[in-house]
Amino acid sequence: MRVGVITFPGTLDDRDAARAVGAGGAEAVALWHGDADLKSVDAVVLPGGFSYGDYLRCGAISRFAPVMQLVIEAANKGMPVLGICNGFQVLCESHLLPGALTRNSDLHFLCRDQEIEVVNNQTAWTNSFKQGEKVVIPLKNGEGSFQCDDQTLAMLEGEGRVIARYVGENPNGSRNLIAGISNAKGNVVGLMPHPEHAINELTGPSAQGLGFFTSILNAMVK
Amino acid sequence: MALDTVAIAQTTPDNSQPFAELGLKPDEYARIKEILGRRPTSSELAMYSVMWSEHCSYKSSKVHLKQFGEKAPKSDALLVGIGENAGVVDVGQGYAVTFKIESHNHPSFVEPYQGAATGVGGIVRDILTMGARPIAVMDPLRFGPADAPDTRRVLPGIVAGVGGYGNCLGLPNIGGEVTFDETYAGNPLVNALCVGVMKHSDIKLAKAAGAGNLVVLYGAKTGGDGIGGVSVLASETFGAGGSTKRPSVQVGDPFVEKVLIECSLEIFAEDLVVGIQDLGGAGLSCATSELASGGSGGMKVQLDKVPLRDPSLSPEEILMSESQERMCAIVEPSKIDRFLEICKKWDVTVTVIGEVTDGNHLEITWNGELIVDVPPRTVAHDGPVYNRPLAQPDYINQVNSQTVNVPIPVTASEIKAAVLKLAAAPNLADKSWVTSQYDKYVQGNTIQSQPDDSGMIRIDETTNLGVAISTDANANWSYLNPYQGAKLALAEAARNIATAGARPLAVTNCLNFGSPEDPGVMWQFAESVRGLADGCLEMGLPVTGGNVSFYNQTGSVAILPTPVIGVLGVIQDVRTRTPMSFTSAGLDLYLVGQTQEDLAGSEWAFLHNQRVGQAPEADLQREMRLIELLLEGNSFFTAAHDLSQGGLSAGLTEMVLRHKVGATVSLENPGVALLSETPGRVIVAINPADTSKLEALAIKNTIAITKLGTTGGDSLTINDAVISLAELSTAHTSTFPKLFG
Repeated sequence: MRVGVITFPGTLDDRDAARAVGAGGAEAVALWHGDADLKSVDAVVLPGGFSYGDYLRCGAISRFAPVMQLVIEAANKGMPVLGICNGFQVLCESHLLPGALTRNSDLHFLCRDQEIEVVNNQTAWTNSFKQGEKVVIPLKNGEGSFQCDDQTLAMLEGEGRVIARYVGENPNGSRNLIAGISNAKGNVVGLMPHPEHAINELTGPSAQGLGFFTSILNAMVK
Repeated sequence: MALDTVAIAQTTPDNSQPFAELGLKPDEYARIKEILGRRPTSSELAMYSVMWSEHCSYKSSKVHLKQFGEKAPKSDALLVGIGENAGVVDVGQGYAVTFKIESHNHPSFVEPYQGAATGVGGIVRDILTMGARPIAVMDPLRFGPADAPDTRRVLPGIVAGVGGYGNCLGLPNIGGEVTFDETYAGNPLVNALCVGVMKHSDIKLAKAAGAGNLVVLYGAKTGGDGIGGVSVLASETFGAGGSTKRPSVQVGDPFVEKVLIECSLEIFAEDLVVGIQDLGGAGLSCATSELASGGSGGMKVQLDKVPLRDPSLSPEEILMSESQERMCAIVEPSKIDRFLEICKKWDVTVTVIGEVTDGNHLEITWNGELIVDVPPRTVAHDGPVYNRPLAQPDYINQVNSQTVNVPIPVTASEIKAAVLKLAAAPNLADKSWVTSQYDKYVQGNTIQSQPDDSGMIRIDETTNLGVAISTDANANWSYLNPYQGAKLALAEAARNIATAGARPLAVTNCLNFGSPEDPGVMWQFAESVRGLADGCLEMGLPVTGGNVSFYNQTGSVAILPTPVIGVLGVIQDVRTRTPMSFTSAGLDLYLVGQTQEDLAGSEWAFLHNQRVGQAPEADLQREMRLIELLLEGNSFFTAAHDLSQGGLSAGLTEMVLRHKVGATVSLENPGVALLSETPGRVIVAINPADTSKLEALAIKNTIAITKLGTTGGDSLTINDAVISLAELSTAHTSTFPKLFG
């Protein structure tokens, strides 16, 4: 099972995402933003960072990268895609997911260990978790406040497309404490916190982030 | 202004030139004329003025800094020493680590965000230039009083700048300091440390060897920012007109630097450069003269080829520009195509601007006309050297002859009040408000970060080899006794590495002082350097490099002498590290080391507005025995935490709050026991079954140990004083949010 990890100029967590993919049991395949080929991967991770310097708006330029045209096409055909942090922002800009990520409500970059609750364990990226399971993984971003209009929010909630929520105090002003959402089919997931930085207790707050990367193997086996 | 060429300079020897405005003294200007045998062209004058500034030439500090070489301990670890962009040490398994601290103090007062951001950017490029992948940053910061209105402008901006730049580069920020004192109002200290790792064979040096090799400029285009920033901003005291200097502060773009890092590492991996230098202070003037004098000796540069962001820049301005995110490489002609290809892949602007020549001439042309023809060594290395007058300032005898007179808590309620007061003091309070703005996780190798005693990074995922770094300064002690203060800071930094189980290996420093033209300040500086050099010799730790920042003063008031010392250590297996706190009840707590009545320079005295008395005397032999004890005890210590500012009171507070597991301790003479800051002390937590092992280590290393108490419960209980973790936590964590929002 091959999972592509895309590097845009300014991507930061690509090596970490590749390490986590490997720890989850799949083979990580490096994809370059200029690639016109997905190298026969079965799934794709868009890692965190500041792609294209976050110029204009986070993710706004990356969505036009050659490799993203292939990712959008494949995602619409059902390929599992996980966008973490900046990757989530890219997925929103690419219209694979609704809504937008705006500046944290206190206007500061925030790095902390964050408890989240997995509230939909039926997606390609969350099926290793129990429904309602609480996990602690790092949150680190400046623009992590999930915003959308009321209608979209009602749709996301009504269709069970909110996949994870922050537990406790709202860290960034996200509507309904949303930490992650999926598309209608559940193959595309955007997540603001960083599960790739919680794959062991030596370098992260827990090993609980690994579930996102083992989920994808289950999704493929099904 | 008409172009001033070498030909014109030869025919107009008597033209008057604005050397004084550029910061050159009349005798320095005369020396330039003597070197060249004519008046300098305006471009040459620009180069000399900026390269002979205090910041670039170390003209006031050189005579003292040479002690670091003269007193250097014999060390097999040092691969590259002082003089290159950063020192390099051998950490085993074929790995080399490079680390260095630099200051960006003055720009950060003028423009806090950009000043701090470009401070991070500059030190990261220094590390990259050695051929290393940058793996972490740390930022020791010092500000005016925490509640001063201007601190509310400066601190949030500096913290956001450090975070904004470092986060975007993908470098974990693993530690530093945040300290307040009124002498830093108007003179905040922004010191930035970066550490990088490479294989031994990948070390790169700043030398332009091999006639015919190409001089290649790559990275950002050159603009008007920071022109004269080095000589003007870094060498002059601020007057009332601070804001008029605003355009001199450089503006950074971390995205460009991130791409430059990845592009450079790919270039290094294919061995495509002969020598390399980053463009920092003094820009192209510095890079071309240093590369040329480090190599074959000559270089021809076509300055008109430099890609410009602002096409109206004059050649003098291009030479002095401090535009960020630029590098200069020396490349063999056979490798240039591949070099250009990699730059294209990363969309990095790249231009061949000249070539290396034999001989002793740095020749720079502008549209075919010769505007610079100088021996490069005279620009880069033969600047003026001053043996400035120094004299022990009057305050020394005055403060040393007084004794600290502060209330010492005795009753349970007094003890509780003192512990809570220290927990909430801005210098000791929880710094999450600052550190949560820094990414500590990126790269996935962070083992320890703030609030741990040191930052620790894994450098090999297979063998778990790691490095630990701590930066420390105790400016109160340095004020009372700069010689001892430097030694004590060195000892503290080394101890902070050893508590985790890492063996100290090498030292870097950032020496922040007032004006060198004040004999008293110069004495503080000389004493600090002497103390650090003596200390490093005694502890067997080589100084690998560092930075001097003078002129940190407002009017006649200088900052406290603030030598920030960074110590790097090695740990063979990061999984074996000892954490700074405990997670379970039923452990025994011991004080390792002995408490004397050392209140001079303590935080408790500071809180009572007293900075008098005698600083403790550093006993480095005992510090080294303590380090051995810690390294041997690493196998069974459950936790180990250094005691420094705030003494036992602060140490216990930090330990019990870390994992919200309380402790009960009983102390004789609790007031002094809690508040004294006697150096060379550590709290360790052990399983009671390991008591005899600790006792054996104490005897073997002749270090006193005292049982303090046990862990557990939901309070910190000291004799009859019971402080619930909830109230202690509220005191510790409320200070910064209250002050800064």
